[in-house]
Amino acid sequence: MKTEVSFLGHVLKNPIIPASGCYGFGYEFSEIYDINCLGSISLKGTTLLPRYGNPLPRIAECPAGLINAIGLQNPGVEKVISEEIPKLSKVYSDKVIANVGGHSTEEYVKTCSAFNDVDKVFAIELNISCPNVKGGGMAFGTDEKVAHDLVKEVKKVCTKPIIVKLSPNVTDIVKMAKAVESAGADAISLVNTFVGMRLDLRTGKPIISVKTGGYSGEGIYPIALRMVYQVSQAVSIPVIGMGGVTCAEDVLEMMQAGATCVMVGAKNLVEPFVCKQIIDDLPKVMKKYNIENLTDIIGRAHKF
Amino acid sequence: MKQEILTVISNIQLNSSTFEMKLSGVTEDMRPGQFVEVALKEKYLRRPISVADYENGVLTLLYKVVGSGTEIMSNIAPGEKLDVLTGLGNLFSIEKTEKPVLVGGGIGVAPLIGLSRAFYKKGIKPTVILGFRNKDEIFYLDEFEKVANVIVATDDGSFGIKGNAITALSSIEKPEFYYACGPMVMLKALSNYSLDGELSLEARMGCGFGACMGCSIKTTDGYKRVCKEGPVFMAKEIIYEN
Repeated sequence: MKTEVSFLGHVLKNPIIPASGCYGFGYEFSEIYDINCLGSISLKGTTLLPRYGNPLPRIAECPAGLINAIGLQNPGVEKVISEEIPKLSKVYSDKVIANVGGHSTEEYVKTCSAFNDVDKVFAIELNISCPNVKGGGMAFGTDEKVAHDLVKEVKKVCTKPIIVKLSPNVTDIVKMAKAVESAGADAISLVNTFVGMRLDLRTGKPIISVKTGGYSGEGIYPIALRMVYQVSQAVSIPVIGMGGVTCAEDVLEMMQAGATCVMVGAKNLVEPFVCKQIIDDLPKVMKKYNIENLTDIIGRAHKF
Repeated sequence: MKQEILTVISNIQLNSSTFEMKLSGVTEDMRPGQFVEVALKEKYLRRPISVADYENGVLTLLYKVVGSGTEIMSNIAPGEKLDVLTGLGNLFSIEKTEKPVLVGGGIGVAPLIGLSRAFYKKGIKPTVILGFRNKDEIFYLDEFEKVANVIVATDDGSFGIKGNAITALSSIEKPEFYYACGPMVMLKALSNYSLDGELSLEARMGCGFGACMGCSIKTTDGYKRVCKEGPVFMAKEIIYEN
C-alpha cells in the first residue's frame, strides 16, 4: 500500500501536513509523539518583524469548531530562522513549509526571500487570507488583481516554490485561484478560516477582542471540500486541501475532491494526537476502500 | 503532557456554584500550579481546570459553574470516564520563602489547597487569605484550616474581614513572598501592593499546550503563553493592559 505523494518535486511519505497556526513550530508536539510520522509541517505564520498579535480573548468556542483571532503572533522571520527552525530540525528530519504573512507587498517579498537559503524549508505558503490582521492578510486574498500582483512580486525574488493559501471569504474562489496561478503560483492551499463572530449572551459584547475572527473545525468541512473540488478542476497546479479534517476518511475524501496533500488544523488543538492517529489509520481505511496507491484517487470526483 | 482516560470517583457540590471532582487513573506527575484540559462530549474545546490537588493517582479539581461547559461537568456521574490532558503548565516555586502567604479570590483558591499542603509537608504552615463575595461562596475552609493559618475576607462582610483579599492582606505583616490566584483585578491590585510574588493566571485557551497562541500575554521578557510558560508568572514580569 502506497501513502507517498509527490508534491512540488518533493516526495512526502504521506499527504498529512499539520496546518499553519495549529501546530506552533512543531516541536511542541514532539513532546507527546514522534512527529517524524508527518508528511511535512506548515509552520506558524511568520512576518518580517515580531508581532504580539491581538489582545485577549483571541478564542471563542463554536459548535463543531472555534473562532480564533490570534493576529499572527510570531517572533519575526529572523528568529524563526535562527531559533525556531533549528529547534524543529532536532526533532523532525523531513523538510517543512514556511508560512508567510504580511501587511505590504514589500513585507511579503522580504520575508519570503529570507527563506531562500534555508534548506529545511522546501516551499513557502503565502498567507493572503488571514482574517485577523487589519489592513493586511485577507485584504490581499479577496481581490484578484491585488493577489495576482503580490504573487508576481514574490515570485521574482523567492527561490522556493510558492503555495498560495486562499481565503474562502470571497464570492468566487475559482477566480482567485486562477489569478494566483496566472501570476506564477506553484500550488494552492485552501481554505483558510471563515470570518465569524460570537457574542456574550449577558452583555451582547463580542467574545473576541477584535470582534470577529476566523472559524474553523469540522463545521467548515463540507464547504472546504466543495471549494477544493471546484478549484482543483479549474487550475493545473497542485492543491492542498484543508478545513475541518479530523480522520483518515476525511483525508481520502479531500484527495478525491482534488487535493494532493491534506492539512489538518483546528483538531490538533483539541486532539493533540490527531495527525498521528490519521496517519496510523490511513492504511486500514485505504484497504477498506480498496485503494492501493493514494495518488490514484486524487481528483477522482472530477469525472462526476 | 499526557492524554489520559480518567475515571470520575466523585463529583460533589460544595456550595451553590462550586463543585469538587475527584478522578482516578492519573499517571502523569502533577504539582501545584499546573492544570488539566478536560474534554466534554458536547463541547469542541477542552476545559482548562487548575489542579487543586494530586496524590497517589487521584486528581482533585475544584470548579465553578460559570457557563454551559462547567454546567455539563457538574452533571457527570461517578464511574464515568473523561478524556483529560494532564500535566499542563508550569509550577509554583515553593522554595522561594519560608514564610509563604497565599492569596486566593473566588474559584482562584482552588490551586492554593495543593500548594498549602505542599508547604505543610515541608514543615511550613502557610498563611492563606481567601477572598469571597459572600459567606455562601466560601468552600474548602475546613481543608485549608488543617494545613494553614487562614484569614477569610468577604466583600459584604458576611464572614471574616469585610473587604477583599487585599484588605485582608493589609491586616497582616507585609509578606516577603506571596502566591496568588484569582480574578485579574485582584492580581493587578496585588501587584500594585507588592511585586514579590507569583501569580497564577487564567485565560480563554484554544489548546492548553502551546500550539495556538490563543492565550499569550505581554511580559517584561517578551510574549508568553499562559498555558505553556505559565500559568504561574512572577508578579514583576507581567505587563497589564488597559
